[in-house]
Amino acid sequence: MQSWIPLVPESASSFSWQVDALYFYLSGVTLFFTLLISAVLIFFTVRYRRRTPYEIPRPIAGSHKLETLWTVIPFLIAMTMFGWGARLYFNQYKPPQNAIEVYVVGKQWMWKLQHATGQREINELHVPVGRRIKLIMTSEDVIHDFFVPAFRTKADVVPGRYTTLWFEATKPGKYHLFCAEYCGMNHSGMTGSIYVMEPREFDNWLSGNTGSSTPAAAGQQLFQTLGCASCHGANGEGGRGPTLAGLVGRDTPLEGGQTVRADEAYIRESILNPQAKIVAGFQPIMPTFQGQVTEDQLVQLIAFIKSLPGGSGATPGASPAASGPLPSPRASGSPTENIR
Amino acid sequence: MIESHATTQDIHGHPALQHHFENMEQQREAGTIGMWVFLVTELMFFGGMFLAYALYRNLYPAAFASASNHLDIVLGAVNTGVLIVSSFTMAMAVYFTQVGNRRPQIVCLVLTLILGLTFLGIKAVEYHDKYTDHLIPGRLIPSAPFGPAVQEEGQPLDHHKLHLLPGATLRQVEMFYWIYFAMTGMHALHMIIGAGLLTFLILYSIKGRFDPEYHSPVEIIGLYWHFVDIVWIFLFPLLYLLGRHFEHG
Amino acid sequence: MQPIESFEVPAPPKVNYINAQYGLKSWLLTKDHKRIALLYLASITFFFFIGGLYAMMIRLELLTPQGDLLQSTTYNKVFTQHGIIMIFFFLIPSIPATLGNFLIPMMIGAKDLAFPRINLLSWYIYLLGGIVTIYALLAGGVDTGWTFYTPFSTTFSNSYVVATGLGIFINGFSSILTGLNFIVTIHTMRAPGMTWFRMPLFLWSLYATSLIFILGTPVIAITILLMAFERLAGVGIFNPALGGDPVLFQHLFWFYSHPAVYIMVLPSMGVISELIANFSRKNIFGYSFVAFSSLAIAVFGFLVWGHHLFVASQSVYAGMIFSFLSFAVAIPSAIKVFNWTATLYKSSISYDTPMLYALGFIGLFTIGGMTGLFLASLALDVHLSDTYFVVAHFHYIMVGGALMGYLGGLHYWWPKISGRMYPEGWGRFSALVIFVGFNLTFLPQFIAGYLGMPRRYHAYPPEFQVFNVLSTAGASILGFGMLIPAIYFVWSMRYGRVAEANPWHLPGLEWRTQSPPPTENFEVTPIVTWEAYEFAPPEETEVVGKFGPEPERI
Repeated sequence: MQSWIPLVPESASSFSWQVDALYFYLSGVTLFFTLLISAVLIFFTVRYRRRTPYEIPRPIAGSHKLETLWTVIPFLIAMTMFGWGARLYFNQYKPPQNAIEVYVVGKQWMWKLQHATGQREINELHVPVGRRIKLIMTSEDVIHDFFVPAFRTKADVVPGRYTTLWFEATKPGKYHLFCAEYCGMNHSGMTGSIYVMEPREFDNWLSGNTGSSTPAAAGQQLFQTLGCASCHGANGEGGRGPTLAGLVGRDTPLEGGQTVRADEAYIRESILNPQAKIVAGFQPIMPTFQGQVTEDQLVQLIAFIKSLPGGSGATPGASPAASGPLPSPRASGSPTENIR
Repeated sequence: MIESHATTQDIHGHPALQHHFENMEQQREAGTIGMWVFLVTELMFFGGMFLAYALYRNLYPAAFASASNHLDIVLGAVNTGVLIVSSFTMAMAVYFTQVGNRRPQIVCLVLTLILGLTFLGIKAVEYHDKYTDHLIPGRLIPSAPFGPAVQEEGQPLDHHKLHLLPGATLRQVEMFYWIYFAMTGMHALHMIIGAGLLTFLILYSIKGRFDPEYHSPVEIIGLYWHFVDIVWIFLFPLLYLLGRHFEHG
Repeated sequence: MQPIESFEVPAPPKVNYINAQYGLKSWLLTKDHKRIALLYLASITFFFFIGGLYAMMIRLELLTPQGDLLQSTTYNKVFTQHGIIMIFFFLIPSIPATLGNFLIPMMIGAKDLAFPRINLLSWYIYLLGGIVTIYALLAGGVDTGWTFYTPFSTTFSNSYVVATGLGIFINGFSSILTGLNFIVTIHTMRAPGMTWFRMPLFLWSLYATSLIFILGTPVIAITILLMAFERLAGVGIFNPALGGDPVLFQHLFWFYSHPAVYIMVLPSMGVISELIANFSRKNIFGYSFVAFSSLAIAVFGFLVWGHHLFVASQSVYAGMIFSFLSFAVAIPSAIKVFNWTATLYKSSISYDTPMLYALGFIGLFTIGGMTGLFLASLALDVHLSDTYFVVAHFHYIMVGGALMGYLGGLHYWWPKISGRMYPEGWGRFSALVIFVGFNLTFLPQFIAGYLGMPRRYHAYPPEFQVFNVLSTAGASILGFGMLIPAIYFVWSMRYGRVAEANPWHLPGLEWRTQSPPPTENFEVTPIVTWEAYEFAPPEETEVVGKFGPEPERI
């Protein structure tokens, strides 16, 4: 179906056809009004062309009725466009449950990706079809943007913070990955591919691609070598420092009365700028690790902390190799992916 | 709005009447509205910096309190008083010009100028203190990069050392000083321009250029001066008075 | 139909503003708003050609998918500089500084703007900003994109960021002074009888534009300063490695740069109102609605900057608010389009070149404006952001809209400005060529954008090539089309038919003095007793719906 309609890219995610539908609606309305205005203009220009050199037409003051009509109707149409787009967007950005997490670090001019199960990729991402994939992304240098046209989704990748993007691929294949925020000399070269695979093929790929430890395991090592265990305990049980087990997603009371919901950004900040938020009841004695850990290592530490027993969110250890359909409203095989 | 005389240019009008205006009133009105519009642009200009201040103060409250504590509140308060009095003398100068009292008019203008220069002098002292304490952010002064001495726990209190409240880091304090220098520096620049304008006013007043018919330059420069004063009235509490309930640093 | 009154002007003395004084000094130290307008005309035309050369280089490079014509660093500088020159040194000053400067006093019956020396100063400031920027370009160029996003511009770029920023900063003061001058002039120097609602709609739109000038430009000024200091002095307001926030830069930048696009299009809309009314010999339908729409666009335009940050990690809820407001800001523009179209009903339309440009504007602005709605719609913008769809959208507005208005206005007022007529046949021909070339250039880019072609790419996957080839072909036609008026305008200054005071037979105040006008514009300060676009006496006004004619004025 794609080969002869060069109007839209391939539809390969659960969003794609939804976004395309909105696109066709807006295109239709645009075409309608453009043709309408053009036709009226052409008609008037011909019908009311000047016939004698000195003729003066009768002036017409205006019409409140018409003004109201052509204010209210466009406004209502605009509201349908707004509402539809907003609803789709809200769904698109709501972080999903039970998603496979992949950590993405963008840098000039390449993408570094690491699966929760340890596989590392450069400029490529292999994912299974029919599963929700959540990308947790940051940049090492300037702002980049992770853009997959076939999935109709993108998000800026910003240094100093984590941004997320999720999708559910619906069609196996190979799709473009572009950097879509100008980032310097080789911006046009910062491209790659997303490989969407059938579950069995993906399992094969996974097993053929081990070799590096999972980010959580690497994080555990760092936790020891950097000395975190001496205050937080080897398994995050706490001590001179707060307990880290089960931290993520938990509301944490701070010195000074505030409460903060612990997430990846909070952990990252606590490692780099520990004085910023002191947990209630603890001393401000944690040293800063600014300059001593790279973005990759931060990601690994965060993965380790998330993996500690009692931790919430998608358990990175959940193996996609487990067979059987996972609880998902769009279990593979449903007809919705084939809808265009 | 405008009195409608469909007259051609009043060639016998006031010597200060510009050729494209119908009469002095139109000229005065144009000048006043022009100055107000200009002040709106100034508001937007400073507004960007106020936004940055609000953002970072919200992000780094402890650092901002520590740094604010470390500013010299006495000098700041004196400067505030100086500017408020200078606005008063400026307003008096405008009044005397309107009623045609040249002597007091010139005296008030000169007083305003002196007070303005006093403000700048005190500011210079403050800036110099920052320089000696290595508080000038980044590499603005390449030979003296940011690096203040920090008050250690248990050491005798040294007012030259920066006391960091819990949760504050030097990096964040540097951000405060960046905003401090940007805002007070921009303000000082406007004061210098104001001082220059006042000098012109004084010279013209001595030459007798102004009279009750034509005094709009005094008025509109007075507007400018009041605006610069008001900006300082906002800057002073925001920069100097944060976290005063903490121990003096 | 009654015969048109010929607006008699006494036999013109030979002296006009052009020949009143000779010599370079009389031009470079002039206080005459008309001469200053010509000074601006020459300089912005110069910058337009430079920007056009950069455009040509872009389109030539993009003919093939590989980056084979220019090195990537060079290409990055070329598209950056194309944007900077076109936006800051051509589009923003274009209509206000040329047509606005020339016509505002004439349209309100004044002898000059409120502050003629500040007017001249604004031109010199513009020149200084231009010279500094050209220096930066020649010294090595800048490659950050015209948007200067941090931390690339502050920490990573090895190009002349600060010098270019300085040029733009200086240029901003030119805008501010122009806007200030216009506001004060319109408020205080209208001739007796020229009430706000008798003013031509061109003045309403210039007034709205001036509001944006004075409110928005200072914000970009401080943003550029902060960015430059960060780059020079290493303090991290925008640099995350130093505790700063790169997205703060985006907010500050777009707070000005979004209203800036309304600076670029509002004056053009004002010109269109003039052209539609005058070349159909009818008052604009719904005059006050069009007037208030201009103000509404200026105000709402300040509330939508976040739509440039939908994918930039702005919060979802902020996104919703900005999306809603972005749809709202489209409504006043739609109102204008409908009112212009309704004006043509039962009118008397002539096919002169200015009218052709006006008609082209309405069609192309409709497309440009409605494709903006795609980008205002959150879920679509996620896909379309930073693709060629955006590029096509804003070129439809900037070129298909703003530039068409500028060219139309230039043709329309040319006889008043120069005292000569341009050749009508060539005028119509070039309008047509420009229209065709323009559409061929930018229409394929919408499709390429939806298919996923990102912007600012100098090499791209081969499947996008067909669209790029069409686009480059169109650009060649467009470039050719725009050279023609450049030539015949210059030609007409010497060989064009001498124009009388009111060659189009129109009631506007600017046509009631000779062409070219004398330095003081009017022999006698006019007293205005007629409405805007009053071709026929007010008693004859027809009422449609529930809207009555204005009560008779004395």
